Amino acid sequence: VSVKRGSAVTLSLGVAASASLLATFAYGLSLPKTVEQEHYSKLIAIHPGIAWASYVAFGVTAVASVLWLWPRTRSLTWDLLAGASAEVGVLFSSLTLITGSIWGRPTWGEWWVWDARLTLSALMLALLIGYLALRQVPATADARGRRSAVAALLGVLVVPVNHYAVEWWHTLHQGRSLEVASDTLDGQFIFAMTLGFLSMTLVYSWLTLHRLQVARLEEELVSDDLDAALEARRREAVLT
Amino acid sequence: MTYVLAGYGITALAIGGYAAWVLARGRRLTRNR
Repeated sequence: VSVKRGSAVTLSLGVAASASLLATFAYGLSLPKTVEQEHYSKLIAIHPGIAWASYVAFGVTAVASVLWLWPRTRSLTWDLLAGASAEVGVLFSSLTLITGSIWGRPTWGEWWVWDARLTLSALMLALLIGYLALRQVPATADARGRRSAVAALLGVLVVPVNHYAVEWWHTLHQGRSLEVASDTLDGQFIFAMTLGFLSMTLVYSWLTLHRLQVARLEEELVSDDLDAALEARRREAVLT
Repeated sequence: MTYVLAGYGITALAIGGYAAWVLARGRRLTRNR
């Protein structure tokens, strides 16, 4: 799959992502005050969508890792996509913790508690950063691909555990958003949250495609440098 | 409302900042090819 910078796909995706993100912000900020949470429930437009995008990011990293490990589908693109998606995942995981913390402070009275969902979200961020660090360890493309794919497949197990954490351990964080929403929330809050899911997914996709293109260019640069170095060595050998 | 604006503001800055970095890096690498 070739994604050129500014191609029709990335351009339309970029327009859709920006428009939906703007709409999410505008709609989210215009939500009414609620009795229990005053203005803080406005964060429903962004926080669940951001958390969802971080799951998608880790999921795509895992799927791309499987496609790299599977001999029939092995291609450098899958390895680079896994890395690109994990990096965007760090952005969304960090934002999940930050926006969650900002929501928690006025509603729970605490910036942070060692609740199951929060702890697992922090672990997810640590795993993504660890995965990216592992990718930076000098190695051939093959060795890097293999070791990072295995690490991603072990790490991604945190995603389903985190998703069901609110049911398995009844700690502070509320239940799964859409289920809670269908019982207790007004239609406009559900709409805001759904818009958030859509826009964050589009933003994730757009950022990942561009990051993948950057990774491709970086990889080309490294192999060009290697070719130039080999050529220089060959010339030296002929001269001496 | 301060907390809400902080949440939205940080989200906009982080996504916008990262997008700008990725685009700038892509542009620089394309130029250096």
